[in-house]
Amino acid sequence: MAVLIYAENWEGKFKKLTFELASYGAQLASMIQTQLVAVSIGEVADEELLKLGNYGVSKVISLNHPQIQSFDSRQITRAIAQVAEQVEAVALVLAANNSGRALAPRLAVRLKAGIASGVNQLPTSISPFVVSKKVFSGGAFASLTFDTRVKILTLLQNSMELNEQIVSCTIERFEPTLDGGLTSPKVLESHKHAGKILLSDAEIVVSGGRGMKSADNWAPLLELAELLNAATACSRPISDEGWRPHDEHTGQTGKIIAPNLYIAIGISGATQHIAGVSSSKCIVAINNDKSAPIFESAQYGIVGDATKVLPKLIDALKVIKNK
Amino acid sequence: MNILVCISNVPDTTVRIKLADNGATIDNTGIQWIINPWDELALTRALELRDDPSSGVKQVSVAHVGLVGSEPTIRKALAIGADNAYRVNCNPADAFQTAACLTSIVKNGSFDLVLCGIESSDYNGSNVGGMLAEMLDWVSVSGVSFLKVESGSITVIREIDGGRETLQVQSPCVCVVQKGIAKEPRIAAMRGIMQARTKTIAVSEWNGTESLTTVASYQPPKARPSCKFFDADSPEKLIEALQNEAKVI
Repeated sequence: MAVLIYAENWEGKFKKLTFELASYGAQLASMIQTQLVAVSIGEVADEELLKLGNYGVSKVISLNHPQIQSFDSRQITRAIAQVAEQVEAVALVLAANNSGRALAPRLAVRLKAGIASGVNQLPTSISPFVVSKKVFSGGAFASLTFDTRVKILTLLQNSMELNEQIVSCTIERFEPTLDGGLTSPKVLESHKHAGKILLSDAEIVVSGGRGMKSADNWAPLLELAELLNAATACSRPISDEGWRPHDEHTGQTGKIIAPNLYIAIGISGATQHIAGVSSSKCIVAINNDKSAPIFESAQYGIVGDATKVLPKLIDALKVIKNK
Repeated sequence: MNILVCISNVPDTTVRIKLADNGATIDNTGIQWIINPWDELALTRALELRDDPSSGVKQVSVAHVGLVGSEPTIRKALAIGADNAYRVNCNPADAFQTAACLTSIVKNGSFDLVLCGIESSDYNGSNVGGMLAEMLDWVSVSGVSFLKVESGSITVIREIDGGRETLQVQSPCVCVVQKGIAKEPRIAAMRGIMQARTKTIAVSEWNGTESLTTVASYQPPKARPSCKFFDADSPEKLIEALQNEAKVI
């Protein structure tokens, strides 16, 4: 019996997100009184795989099959399901990111498992298995009960603190049995945005809205982001207008993020925008209008013209940094 | 080529959700119901493809799992331009039940491409599309922000961490689509609204598949402490609070 996590890697390396999953999985395994196993797919060095042992993973099952070189969710689902059956997984935990959202529902059907997606906390009870998650884009929480032996959870990024728990960890190789039945999607082209801090990975995010008045005013916002080692984001009208790239749009129909700090500059705080950032640990708002809804969600605020407040904020930050 | 778009009926997204019966249910009074925004964009893209002769797409149908009360939303989809509509008479308790009902519609038709929005604005599950694909044993691609069909050949762009991939996918397949799939939802013209009134919604009965999870209760969101304001001329006080109080920088 085991809790199984999908330890995703990016070009052979794990991210903080992978260890968040392990930390969550370790605590879940402890609640269920079983062991924590991880499945890794692709070419990942042993040295990297063993890092999972620092977060409570006692066994890593590593797969590297020629048929799973590109992301074919149908094939990867089969492979993970076979591992889950081998270790008799009673719970699977994946990240609630692009790949997790592609795999988890397919796995749920294949393993006849109930699924709760986008959880940000451990189950409130094991027997019965009850876990809480946000619904209505953050408008409420729902407590879900499971009627299945196997349970699948997808975890929101940055909702679990890393919990170092060093255990002895072994690596096992696994050969999945895959069918050649259906043609996998063929990758024609792959494009990576160079250099930028990924919005979903960033601990600090600096975001701009209509209060910035013009695309030409973005330089101070970028400077602030750089000083804070932050990723940049924007509200929907900004990306619709083309002032900022679409992948910066944060909100209900854009990216949902949960950084430690979200600085909303010149953003009014419409419901749909808040839905994208309400899980942030701390929200700061800078807006000209004291009655802007953003201040209902912010912990700290400055009422003022974004374009005038930003330079002062940057100067103050530089002074403090130099001390 | 025939496209099926799965649509969900959800509360208007600007509305603040209220709980009833001490959190046992959602308070439905006064709610305006709409097509789930992502499904609406999926439908818009499907119709754009149908209206482009070079795509090879002949018909666009919509499928919905719900009771008769959700028919006005299905009629909106017909009014926007869908050719056919199917409803499975079931009030699904979870995505698994929804997907199981949709499976019967796909199996009884001849669809080459099924589109689902990446999540619904009510339960934010992001599960129906993937579950449907697994039940059908079809290839699926998730996070699709672009879809092109030329003479029946399907090309998509899939969003991945920090980038995107352009893929060629063979039909039949399920594409789970997100923002970018269409610029704006198509608006129903008066003619479409009139025509939708007389189009048939084919209704089938629930096949008896049970749900795997249930919502036991709802809770309101955690109350946030009220905002602490700093003077625009003393931003250093804000920075100090972020460092020493919130400890986020």
